[in-house]
Amino acid sequence: MSNDLPQSPAADAPAPQGSPAQANVVLDDAAIRRALARISHELIERNEDLSSLYLVAVPNGGVPLARELAKNLRELGDVDVTVGILDTTLYRDDLVGRGERPRLRRTEMPSVVDERVVVLVDDVASTGRTIRAAMDALMDFGRPRSVQVVALVDRGHRELPIRIDYVGKNIPTHATDNVLLEGEGGDLDGPLRVVVVTPSRTGRDGA
Amino acid sequence: MIATDLIGIEDLECADIELILETAERMQELGERAVKKVPTLRGRTIVNLFFEASTRTRTSFEIAGKRLSADVINFSTSGSSLSKHESILDTARTLDAMQPDLVVVRHHVAGVPKRIADELDSPVINAGDGWHEHPTQALLDMLTVKQEKGRVDGLTVAIVGDISHSRVARSNIYGFLKMGAEVRVAGPPTMLPPGIETLGVKAFTSMREALDGADVVMALRIQLERLSGSLFPSVREYSDTFGLSRATLRYAKDDAIVMHPGPVNRGVELSHDLADHRPSVILDQVRNGVALRMACLYLLAGRERAIDPAVRS
Repeated sequence: MSNDLPQSPAADAPAPQGSPAQANVVLDDAAIRRALARISHELIERNEDLSSLYLVAVPNGGVPLARELAKNLRELGDVDVTVGILDTTLYRDDLVGRGERPRLRRTEMPSVVDERVVVLVDDVASTGRTIRAAMDALMDFGRPRSVQVVALVDRGHRELPIRIDYVGKNIPTHATDNVLLEGEGGDLDGPLRVVVVTPSRTGRDGA
Repeated sequence: MIATDLIGIEDLECADIELILETAERMQELGERAVKKVPTLRGRTIVNLFFEASTRTRTSFEIAGKRLSADVINFSTSGSSLSKHESILDTARTLDAMQPDLVVVRHHVAGVPKRIADELDSPVINAGDGWHEHPTQALLDMLTVKQEKGRVDGLTVAIVGDISHSRVARSNIYGFLKMGAEVRVAGPPTMLPPGIETLGVKAFTSMREALDGADVVMALRIQLERLSGSLFPSVREYSDTFGLSRATLRYAKDDAIVMHPGPVNRGVELSHDLADHRPSVILDQVRNGVALRMACLYLLAGRERAIDPAVRS
């Protein structure tokens, strides 16, 4: 789950706003796996030394995606790529506010990042603030040789000079839309899908 | 978290306790990193206001604040106006004018942290008040038990010692009961407050009965300087009857753990052997204390008191 918007865990699901919000599936499980397969090929193409790769997932959505990428790289490149999980919450730039504190997620960094090519894996890229936080967090673990970024969905609305190196799908969205990676069965271990939740705007504009 | 302050476990909901424990578990990972500091509370000021001597708790709060990048200021009784007969509320108001983001208060009189919280705009954490509560100690104890046993619900916890004069006991009683454990207290009759069972605990004057089948045995510090001779005949007699050793621990479950809030009177409430070795988890408690206090600071620092604006002005 991208941390771009401050949300309490209960608010990960879109809140009903009077009239029902509309949810469209923009990527189903097969489409997600195809996109990750293509990204795996791009990772192999752009990185000569696959053994130095270190996939670092931004929880929660990045975790199943990074695992799938690691599985693809094992099959395609015959290489075991380390997978880590890095929570960015404590590095967020919106904690100065006065509200409820966001719930922390787990961090598991099984090996050192020094001299590794770290590939950050997030589900939905938007403002770039989560990636900024992830890079700061990463630097506290060591000095990677370089950092690249994978996002399954790039929905635009960038607010920081952050480039996504590998994009699964560009999905233009309205700023008030909510883009979510979710498990079809409720948890992220099974089949996945990406939905765009559009809050009902009836009465606000005719477009 | 609904509340702005952490005054006592008595005021917390179960969900609050679970949130604090979960946050603390996440904070523990930070202690394993090469750089143990995160920028979360950058630019925030935390004041440790200690009217009663404390090294362990104050240091724990100080490390916790610094790992979150807060500026931590220590006010303690020696070398400050706290020893110049300034009233507590004047001290509190003076502090408040310096606009701290969170104040940690310890005082030898019950209720002072609450009174100070009522006076301040910033959130207040009680670091121990008289014989009332010591909420962060109970929370770190629950965290330690959860990690050792995988749960708190359904366990049997025996607390041994001077229950009457122990804020640690009181906070742990509230906490473990809320989290679904069975709580027993044991000590000489002079140290068991009348009516303690109305809190929902079972009281014992026999170690064998109190420890029978216990998963967790918590020994409390006997305050030798204050109590010897008045509440029990002699230190020797206390340690013979209520001291925890490998022999008395046999009454508890085979995999029971031993806890102590520290500092330990070796050979009094705890044998030397148990003070140093498993199944005692005393140093785990101390380690968990830092992560637990980081969680409390993270969840509370910068929170704003919901005050009716009319009242505030």
